[in-house]
Amino acid sequence: MQGTARLSHRRPFRTHILVFLAPAVIVYTLFMVIPLLDSLRLSFFTTTQNNQEVFNGAQNYVTLFTDPLWASAFQNALGNNVKFFLIHMVVQNSIGLLLASLLATGGRLRNVYRTLIFLPTVLSVVIIGFIWRLILNPLWGVTEGALKAIGLGQLYRPWLGLEGSALTTLGLISVWQFVGIPLMLFYAALIAIPDELIEAARVDGASGWSIFWRVKFPLILPTVGIVGILTFVGNFNAFDLIYTVQGALAGPNFASDIMGTFFYRTFFGFQLQLGNPTMGATVATMMFFVILVGVLIYMFLWQRRVTTYEL
Amino acid sequence: MTTLTQSAHNPSVRNRFRGLGPHIILVAYTLIALFPIMMIVMNSFKSRAGIFGAPYLPPNTETFSTIGYDTVFARASFGTYFLNSFIVTVASLLLILFIGAMASFALSEYQFKGNTLIALYLSIGIMIPIRLGTVGILRLMASLDLVNSLLGLILVYIAQGLPLTIFILTAFMRQVPTELKDAARIDGASEYRIFQLVLPLVRPALGAIGVFTMIPIWNDLWFPLILAPSDKTATITLGVQQFLGQFVSDWNAVLSSLTLAMVPILILYLLFSRQMVRSITAGAIK
Repeated sequence: MQGTARLSHRRPFRTHILVFLAPAVIVYTLFMVIPLLDSLRLSFFTTTQNNQEVFNGAQNYVTLFTDPLWASAFQNALGNNVKFFLIHMVVQNSIGLLLASLLATGGRLRNVYRTLIFLPTVLSVVIIGFIWRLILNPLWGVTEGALKAIGLGQLYRPWLGLEGSALTTLGLISVWQFVGIPLMLFYAALIAIPDELIEAARVDGASGWSIFWRVKFPLILPTVGIVGILTFVGNFNAFDLIYTVQGALAGPNFASDIMGTFFYRTFFGFQLQLGNPTMGATVATMMFFVILVGVLIYMFLWQRRVTTYEL
Repeated sequence: MTTLTQSAHNPSVRNRFRGLGPHIILVAYTLIALFPIMMIVMNSFKSRAGIFGAPYLPPNTETFSTIGYDTVFARASFGTYFLNSFIVTVASLLLILFIGAMASFALSEYQFKGNTLIALYLSIGIMIPIRLGTVGILRLMASLDLVNSLLGLILVYIAQGLPLTIFILTAFMRQVPTELKDAARIDGASEYRIFQLVLPLVRPALGAIGVFTMIPIWNDLWFPLILAPSDKTATITLGVQQFLGQFVSDWNAVLSSLTLAMVPILILYLLFSRQMVRSITAGAIK
């Protein structure tokens, strides 16, 4: 019916459509699409000594994958990024789901909990990074003191400064900050499940545990997918936290280097190494492909197989 | 202890006890979420001796000191940074909402050739982060002479914010009843006038999108660092980052600047949190 209503005002050319669409399409194209395509293009070029850009074929990619210095740095950053993502996927999203399911069971205080747990999420990553740098700082010693108070004082280490634990610590800081996002999305999905469904399962004698896994969880699977892809894109694009806490060198000894910091150093240079826009574009293109693969897997493998129930 | 074991046999008390379990976990997690922030805010009002001597205690007459704030106000141009962030965020936000609403109106209201294609084209930006085009953006800004200008930042943030805004607003605008618009058309209203009529009807959606677009812009470090790093154009996030780097050993100044940087967004959050939460839950239910 709406279709006929729309058909009725179909006219040969309608200027107002152009007027409505033009600003958005122009700004988006000019400042997002073209720069993205330009970056892809630049990854096939190189800069000569007199600052000329010349076509270089796939040489930048060959360098990135095979040159011992580049390849090891790239693999290190990519590997760390995968680990950074897995920490979020496992820790952040499970805690988010747990807290959301507790909140969804009701209680007068749930608004208070929700507001307070979401609070770190709205703060800048720069502030959060610095806060944790101070909290974990052995000079101040508040973490050690807090651990001692619960009898675990001997567990304390300067985690951010150790190669073995720096990345995991940063991952957990980020989890701490962003747990509010899966929490909210899961919470919204859980409270949308009709009470009659839960009641019916309860009447059939199902326990709380099996109601959760057999009734609620299958119903919120679409949200699980959304949380997964948001986590993936967000993590393979992360930069601010590592840069704030560990600097552009992503120390100690590149132990916390991820794609974002690797891209920044390649593009802008650091210490004695000069910035290299074309290699920077190459790294950015690789990030683009990683994200694209994730998005495609989500769209074609996940979204097509998961049944969405109309509630 | 004995009362607990006894009460386990009494179903009503046991239920109450089971009802307590979630609260224990939620309180524990809330404490974890707030502890670091509380430590920073509390200690920013103490002398250095107080910060290190009794970090867990609130400031008292002996340890109270605002020396950190004095340093921050004397040494950093927080006023400028704050103003820059304010200009960039508000300008980007208003333009995203206005331009985005116009495009959403066209996509939801009219059937025309290429409608789906344009909608698809605009939605690519939801998934592909604009940061990946940084090399191209910096070159473009250099050629437009917009490096170290707030306008450059605003344009990038508009491009960044449009895809999701248009995606969500198009869905909301589809729900506006056709009768209303057709009645206006019969009265001779132009299409621009009808857009003006529809706009207030999607105000709740505009508000929700506004909050979620605003926070990442206000908090962004990447583009201010790359496109506008000069002291005159630094935003509060970049300014704080640079200030902290310089004053890293001055604990009073570091704690105070962190607290100052948190205050505006915390006030805003606590004022609007209910609305924000409602908009996420409402959006997800739909």
